[in-house]
Amino acid sequence: MWKTPAPASPAGRPPGGGPLLAVENLHVEFVTRRGVVRAVNGVDCALNAGETLAVLGESGSGKTVTAQAIMGILDTPPARVTRGTIRLRGTDLLGLREEDRSRIRGSRIAMIFQDALSALNPVFTVGAQIGEMFRVHRGLSRRDAERRAVELMDRVRIPDARRRVHDYPHRFSGGMRQRVMIAMAIALDPEVLIADEPTTALDVTVQAQIMELLSELRRESGMGLILITHDLGVVADAADRVAVMYGGRIVENAPVHDIYRAPAHPYTKGLLESIPRAGGKGRALRAVEGSSPDPMAMPSGCVFHPRCSYRQDDCAAGEPPLHPIGPFRGSACHYWREVLHGSHG
Amino acid sequence: MGRYVVRRLIQAIPVVLGATLLIHAVVFALPGSPAVARAGADGLPPGAAALLREHYRLGEPFLVQYGHYLAGLFRGDLGVTFAGVPVADLMAGRFQVTVNLVVTALVVEAVAGVGLGLYGALRYGGAQDALVLGVTLVLISVPALVTGFVLQLLLGVRLRQAGVGLFPVAGIAEGWRGYLLPGFVLAASSIAYLARLTRAGLLEALRAGYIRTAVAKGLSRRRVVGLHALRNMLIPLITYLGADLGTLMGGTVITETIFNLPGVGRQLADSIHLREQPVIVGTVTFLVLVYILANLVVDLLYAVLDPRIRHE
Repeated sequence: MWKTPAPASPAGRPPGGGPLLAVENLHVEFVTRRGVVRAVNGVDCALNAGETLAVLGESGSGKTVTAQAIMGILDTPPARVTRGTIRLRGTDLLGLREEDRSRIRGSRIAMIFQDALSALNPVFTVGAQIGEMFRVHRGLSRRDAERRAVELMDRVRIPDARRRVHDYPHRFSGGMRQRVMIAMAIALDPEVLIADEPTTALDVTVQAQIMELLSELRRESGMGLILITHDLGVVADAADRVAVMYGGRIVENAPVHDIYRAPAHPYTKGLLESIPRAGGKGRALRAVEGSSPDPMAMPSGCVFHPRCSYRQDDCAAGEPPLHPIGPFRGSACHYWREVLHGSHG
Repeated sequence: MGRYVVRRLIQAIPVVLGATLLIHAVVFALPGSPAVARAGADGLPPGAAALLREHYRLGEPFLVQYGHYLAGLFRGDLGVTFAGVPVADLMAGRFQVTVNLVVTALVVEAVAGVGLGLYGALRYGGAQDALVLGVTLVLISVPALVTGFVLQLLLGVRLRQAGVGLFPVAGIAEGWRGYLLPGFVLAASSIAYLARLTRAGLLEALRAGYIRTAVAKGLSRRRVVGLHALRNMLIPLITYLGADLGTLMGGTVITETIFNLPGVGRQLADSIHLREQPVIVGTVTFLVLVYILANLVVDLLYAVLDPRIRHE
């Protein structure tokens, strides 16, 4: 299996070597009544401090399950991690006892969810929910925790924080609720922040504000940000690197500029061609033909081959490894050269 | 808030009127004469029946009788029994017994029901969960008449013969211990409903987004379940307990009769035997009032439990 591509230069790596977070060969399955669903099949990715990694994929591609596995919040059962390692600064999280894992959860790795209204507890004030981080992890008193909650609400620019700290989640707008979630997630200065479609439930203008806030917090604190999304626009604006997921695998992994300039996997290429462009009026948008694979019956070989326009006979036979095709760049396609150089399609 | 309470109390007036009218109509429709029923096998002396009928206005049309009753009710007069005792005085003496019984039942119900439900939900799908479901099925299926007599025999008689005198077979001569068995019998089917409600509520709460958030915050399982999930489940549980107060009050008629407790429920049963119309109507009116008040308290509790609800 392909590992994190060897860097051409040590730039972007923390001193002491090794990335901040490294996921290797991660496999997650769900045991259901109908059979075993392999949701994540050998995901490799790495995140450096201060970097934004966008995980791009459609529903069911395994991006959220990967995030939940990193966070350690999979429902087990039915889910189980069958193989792989998740290392935070070298420590394998999967080998830890639950007690030690929950100490890391929230304090060193934090997560923001898609729908802040259902992700916040309706019967506690936002101040109590933010302050709970300090009370549980740091043993602060109720009064001190509330003071810290006000500071955090100021930091994520919730107006009139001193008064609003006593309000309940339903009294906030969607954007403000997501700010509350963010305040809660960054409370203990985590090293890794996972944002699972943080703007999907929001208005377009609010989306931009939330993304701006996340980028700013990342720059200030130097944390690594994993941004899970299916929004290519968000990726272009916010990400340093992109990992494209399909059928539980990473099919392409590249710096954001490379991937937009010249995709090296047919699926990525299809996604980019489906974006509406200014000046493209009157021209039909291209869609990726077919639909995502049935997780109970994944295609043999390359999971994308039934939908692929570059398909050759050997695609159904062998599962392509993530070929290193450049510095920090990989593509899980046997014919990445043809895709990259556009000699077809 | 104050305005809300006043509005709710005003809304209660038609409920009380409807309930009293209905119970009057039912009692009026009962066959036989109250005067004759009181006299027993020997029959009444001549003229006495007519005298009684006139004194208690038994000959007058239904609506006139009801009007007289309502007039009395507004003056705080619940009427007088055939023996000449004011119904209000009769109730005062018996009320305490019923309150003791119902409170015992509520406590038993809350502790056993919530306990069983949480236990089942936390072991969802396992053998203990199946056991909880089985126990609740039995509790729902077996009527109070059966559990009452069976427990009287097993715990009140056999256990006592074996030297453990915790449960008296009937009566309140032994103080609070006399309420334990009837309290359980009264609560039995409610325990089962509450247990299932609790179990389903916790299972649902555990799937909620805020629970995933709580886990992601690195909280202990105890805190996730005991604080975040439980606090959200309280709303349906309190609703059920409040509404169930009415069911329990109604159940006292059977339970107090089985266990020979001198409470409001047995008074109602006795007065139905004797066709004591003022007592029947007075007792039922009183039970309706308790029920309305209990529901009002529950509705006010909502606002405390769920910040999304405000009574304005």
